[in-house]
Amino acid sequence: MGVGIEVVNLNAWYGTNHTLQDINLNIPANHATALIGPSGCGKSTFVRCINRMHETNPIGRVTGSIKIGDLDVYKDAKPVQIRRRVGMVFQRPNPFPTMSIYDNVAAGLKLNGYTNRRSLDEIVEKSLKNSALWGEVKDDLKKKSGASLSGGQQQRLCIARALAVDPEVLLMDEPASALDPVSTSKIEDLIFQLKTQYTIVIVTHNMQQAARVAEKTGFFLNGRMVEFDSTHKIFTNPSDKRTEDYITGRFG
Amino acid sequence: MTGLAILATVIVIVPLIAIFGYLIYKGASSLNFAFFTKSPAPVGELGGGMANAILGSAIVLALASAIGVPIGIGGGIYLAEFGRGTKLAAAIRFTADVLNGVPSIVMGLAAYALIVVPMKHFSAYAGGVALGFMMIPTVCRTSEEMLLMVPNAIREAALGLGVPNWRSVLSITVKTASPGIITGCMLAFARVAGETAPLVFTALGNQFWSTNLNQPIAALPLQIYVYALSPYDDWHRLAWAGSLVLIVLIVFAVSLVRYVTSRGVLKGAS
Repeated sequence: MGVGIEVVNLNAWYGTNHTLQDINLNIPANHATALIGPSGCGKSTFVRCINRMHETNPIGRVTGSIKIGDLDVYKDAKPVQIRRRVGMVFQRPNPFPTMSIYDNVAAGLKLNGYTNRRSLDEIVEKSLKNSALWGEVKDDLKKKSGASLSGGQQQRLCIARALAVDPEVLLMDEPASALDPVSTSKIEDLIFQLKTQYTIVIVTHNMQQAARVAEKTGFFLNGRMVEFDSTHKIFTNPSDKRTEDYITGRFG
Repeated sequence: MTGLAILATVIVIVPLIAIFGYLIYKGASSLNFAFFTKSPAPVGELGGGMANAILGSAIVLALASAIGVPIGIGGGIYLAEFGRGTKLAAAIRFTADVLNGVPSIVMGLAAYALIVVPMKHFSAYAGGVALGFMMIPTVCRTSEEMLLMVPNAIREAALGLGVPNWRSVLSITVKTASPGIITGCMLAFARVAGETAPLVFTALGNQFWSTNLNQPIAALPLQIYVYALSPYDDWHRLAWAGSLVLIVLIVFAVSLVRYVTSRGVLKGAS
């Protein structure tokens, strides 16, 4: 089951560049939350702070607190422990090119020392079914490389890989921006199903996408969160002038 | 333009074919069963072979690879994954490039001073160390280049799954770059396999069958060198045959490693 995320006074820097300023918000459990905003507004940095990927960059720095359920991300645990509870799907599909489809899905477990073969088989099957890829790949699981799939299939493979480690939160950083419309709609259907089991945070450039999949939407601008409300309210009756300008296409 | 490219290709290939053809022409006739089974005949007797030199080369090269490959790959991993942007990495990179340019005879002298002199005798160990040190910079720098070619997205994918960094480097990044790393190792191996100068005062050479790592040992390039400079026609013929065998063995070893490491590669992986 998913858990909620509570963000308090989050600030983040790249070198001297203050990319996130005083972010406060509560992301509800078992819902999809969309983050929208123009390029460079800090929304990607924000999701990378949730699973502590931001600090893998040597010049990245973070202050403030993020709580996932009861767990204080920056106090109670190591980055690797956080990342096992918070799955991430990236902008470009990034399956491991030397691994088979099966090994890609099992990678998170295997590389963390999990070796029970029978339950691995079950987890791989379940994850691929959850990411709506099972039917397309079940005959080539160990024969084909993850890199031999189409772009849309690769992205669903990456989702399966993230689900296999049984996370509570799924972060998606523009998961469909490199995909064609058909693959995009498959990913969106998937988000619809997955949000019953996971807390999903999706960064997107595509406002229709945010409107379609998310219950809550946050609007980021220049490193600050301008507005965070129900998706319906953001798109029909935003309380901030800047949000309205952005969603009506006046900039960005 | 295409014509020029084809011409350039031909110019590159012609010397290779010419050398190989000439070696077959000169050497093949002296190849026989005895060449692979017998040690060199005493001076004045006809016949004999280079079995001890073939074995000696294999031993010295195995020693060299045991030194050069792990140290080289380890250095490459450090340069590409852990030491990026550090002063130590810059210093290592510079040192490796200088080491790569050091003449092979100087490497032999270094091994002589460091190993032969303290041990007070020539040995297979000294030869292996000299060749192994020659392999390090090539293996190190090609490993680094190959690791840097692995897209960052792959590293992030692994880290995003909660895999510790060291595990991600070994199991994901190095594995992804492994075809290139293996090519680098093979290049280094092929380069040192034919080296004579570093062996002259380390492995020294040996007219007899010997597998003792602590004693002077024969090597194909050394044997070819000695025989080619000798005044005997029979030895000249054996030197030609030895050269042919040396090249064939290198090609064979490289192809074998390629074949073994390419098995198990999946469809669509590149």
